[in-house]
Amino acid sequence: MAELKVNGKTVTVEVEDETKPLLWVIREELGLTGTKYGCGIAQCGTCTVHIDGQPVRSCTYPVGALSGAEEITTIEGLSEDGSHPVQQAWVEMDIPQCGYCQPGMIMAVAGLLNNTPDPTDEDIDQQVTNICRCGTLARVRKGIHLAKTKKA
Amino acid sequence: MADTINLSRRGFIIGTGATGLTIGILAACSPGTGDSEGDAAATGEPNPEVNAWVHIGDDDVVTIRIARSEMGQGTLTGLAQLVAEELECDWDKVVTEYPTPGENLKRDRVWRDFSTGGSRGIRNSQDYVREGGAAARMMLVQAAANRWDVPVGECSVEKGVITHGPSGNELRYGEVAEDAASVEPPANVPLKDPSEWKIIGQPVKRLDTADKVTGKQLYGADIQLDGMVNAAIKAAPMRGGTVRSFDASSAEGMPGVQKAMQVGDTAVAVVADKWWNAQKALDAVQIEWAPGEGSDFSSAAFEADLDEGLTAEEAYVGNQVGDVDAAFENAAQVIEASYNAPHQNHACMEPMNATAVWTEEKCEVWCPTQNGEAALAATAEAAGLPIEQCDVYKLLLGGGFGRRGMSDYVTQAVTIAKEMPGTPVKLLWTREEDMEQGFYHPTTKARCQGALDADGKLTGIKIRLSGQSILAGLMPQALTDGMDPYAFQGLLPSGFDERAEDQTLKYTYPAALFDHAMRNPPVRPGFWRGVNANQNAIYLECFMDELAHAAGRDPLEFRLEYMTDSPKLAAVLEAAAEKSGWGNDDGKARGLCAFYSFGSYTAACAEVTVSDEGELKIHRIVAATDPGYGVNPQQIDAQVAGSFVYGLSAALYGEITFENGETVQKNFDSYPSMRLAAMPEVETIVMPSGGFWGGVGEPTIAVAAPAVLNAIYAATGKRIRKLPIKDQPLRDA
Ligand code: FES
Ligand code: FES
Repeated sequence: MAELKVNGKTVTVEVEDETKPLLWVIREELGLTGTKYGCGIAQCGTCTVHIDGQPVRSCTYPVGALSGAEEITTIEGLSEDGSHPVQQAWVEMDIPQCGYCQPGMIMAVAGLLNNTPDPTDEDIDQQVTNICRCGTLARVRKGIHLAKTKKA
Repeated sequence: MADTINLSRRGFIIGTGATGLTIGILAACSPGTGDSEGDAAATGEPNPEVNAWVHIGDDDVVTIRIARSEMGQGTLTGLAQLVAEELECDWDKVVTEYPTPGENLKRDRVWRDFSTGGSRGIRNSQDYVREGGAAARMMLVQAAANRWDVPVGECSVEKGVITHGPSGNELRYGEVAEDAASVEPPANVPLKDPSEWKIIGQPVKRLDTADKVTGKQLYGADIQLDGMVNAAIKAAPMRGGTVRSFDASSAEGMPGVQKAMQVGDTAVAVVADKWWNAQKALDAVQIEWAPGEGSDFSSAAFEADLDEGLTAEEAYVGNQVGDVDAAFENAAQVIEASYNAPHQNHACMEPMNATAVWTEEKCEVWCPTQNGEAALAATAEAAGLPIEQCDVYKLLLGGGFGRRGMSDYVTQAVTIAKEMPGTPVKLLWTREEDMEQGFYHPTTKARCQGALDADGKLTGIKIRLSGQSILAGLMPQALTDGMDPYAFQGLLPSGFDERAEDQTLKYTYPAALFDHAMRNPPVRPGFWRGVNANQNAIYLECFMDELAHAAGRDPLEFRLEYMTDSPKLAAVLEAAAEKSGWGNDDGKARGLCAFYSFGSYTAACAEVTVSDEGELKIHRIVAATDPGYGVNPQQIDAQVAGSFVYGLSAALYGEITFENGETVQKNFDSYPSMRLAAMPEVETIVMPSGGFWGGVGEPTIAVAAPAVLNAIYAATGKRIRKLPIKDQPLRDA
């Protein structure tokens, strides 16, 4: 048994295997399926969540590395009602296509804005490295510049 | 008519009888907030449907039925626009839902074709879905006229409110929907003239966005049913391989494991409480594979077969114009170049998955599929049940690109579920499985030859294609006397094959010969977004660039000279070139491409620089497209911009190679996809000229790579003829 803080709540999960990736704890133990599996090797970013506000690829983050004190935020906890600036910008610009990569993309962008509230294109290139096979990247860049002007 | 289909607007419940499972999935999307649960609950007692395409609740919520699949390409919203246009309903009250393939079967295919590929979702169904909307409007207005006992000609309708002109009386659609259901459907259903369209052609927002930004959107991989177990699978990694034996003893005691089993001849699966446990246990299973045909296949060795095809005596002729031999005999200058394009994998962001529950009486499947009816047929076959006792519930696809037109993963899921009667089983592939078990975009080579006269005029052109036929691999019955007409996508003359009339060559040449030496490797091919237009556009449009330079001509003018019979293709090319600043001396090198495929005219102008060290930077791409009628310009923009991500990911890095029958690339580390740092700005010009319905999701892929390759040449003077571009020096040392 381990205690985790997820989206502001303390939850208890059964962890038989400390190497189990946080992604699968979130999806299968907590039933929060907004966080997606895309590659399992930290390449695509669909599994991005925040640990203490920092974007992390949860598919390669062993649950045993958590102390329980960290604040874990998933897409479901980014805002209560979809009103986070990134979510607002994403709706306004109709960014998602299939949408499968977007929870991870949005969490990566929200993490970028936590660290760099007014990112340049170079900041974006370096810090948002998620894959989107549908190809929303052109709108994603515009969406980031729009999101940084918005208030929650 | 009775509400014969069980698409409840309130509960969105699918009762599976045998197991009493409930899950909400039929609502494809909802109005306003996109909160499907809430909106659905607000809808009153279900009225009977007005007709197969339209249901209207007492609260005026209009549910439009969508037969085609949504996989990100925006077809769901576009089709709803088409129906809503003729229905004259309030767009803000529109929601959508997917009828099931089983219901389609029961109702004599009232929704016709479910398959979603070839950029046909809208263009091949636009007429009958608009008629569905128009017929429903006529029935609703008739119902109101009947209630008022007035002639229908005195009634008009706007935004779902019917008005009787002389009296000024009004009725809302929701008030007459029940009556309308029993009005005789009209025999004659006139459609609006395009000049009267108010919703078609508007850049309305997608109907399915809200849940995609909050994590609420449910995909096949997310489905959770009562009592559900999870399966992981490993199929023979080598072509033609089968399971010789497997030893699951080390997996059996592992956490949550319920069962290990062979699936068909080719795969082993482990079922556990959680997918992670199933996958861990599967990794511990010892499997011995038996090699089969293709298990020794190597891409490197196959190069020789492709090369042999380039000069082989025999080839299928797809397009022959004039006396090409004479043109080459009399040429002042003959130019020759060979190109190649490797295998590609679709790599949909959401790995393949399907959830199935089997009993002796019925089998149900929840899955993302581009072809619901094929998935249903696969379900029935694997279930060993009559098709009437099966059904498939489609979910939003986390990408399709042609891969999910195949039903292999459905067959697997049902095969596993059949071993566990009454228990729902969710099968989810790893990314590695997705890379190894693809239906790959074929590999081809081309030998291009051009004859120029002393004035630099093109007098003849030959392109010999060598490589795999998709039809031969997937549907040999569709070949024409052994020939695959689709291998010539974008290169065929008009009138050659009615199935490919939307894929014809738009250049007019004095003499030409395009032929195909079919060389099929033991690798299963697939339709991959853009299909054969992708490499054919590289061969034709990079070579046209080579010819222009050899002739000392401007590549834009040179192309236009042979495009005089196709003003629409010339128009998109000129639009892209002009907006990009073709001919500008601003330090950026430019490359052009124009191509006709999937019934649409597309062109691109790429702006690049290549550093002295050979580093490529694609700054901007201006892309123009003429799809005839443009249903939703902002979604066309999204598809065009997205096409550069998909097309350039392939051109820059994408390559599946085989060694010992097995893919070398296993994940996104070795099969990379474009990221923001490499993504150019994309400026789209959507210029629908009207009068025809062209596709949108695929045609622009074809112009992505050639425009960039031609721009690289303009920057460096060096031709890149082998794809992908990666690992090749762009400048000579
Ligand atoms: S699933 Fe974690 S980065 Fe791809
Ligand atoms: S929106 Fe489909 S993968 Fe990004």
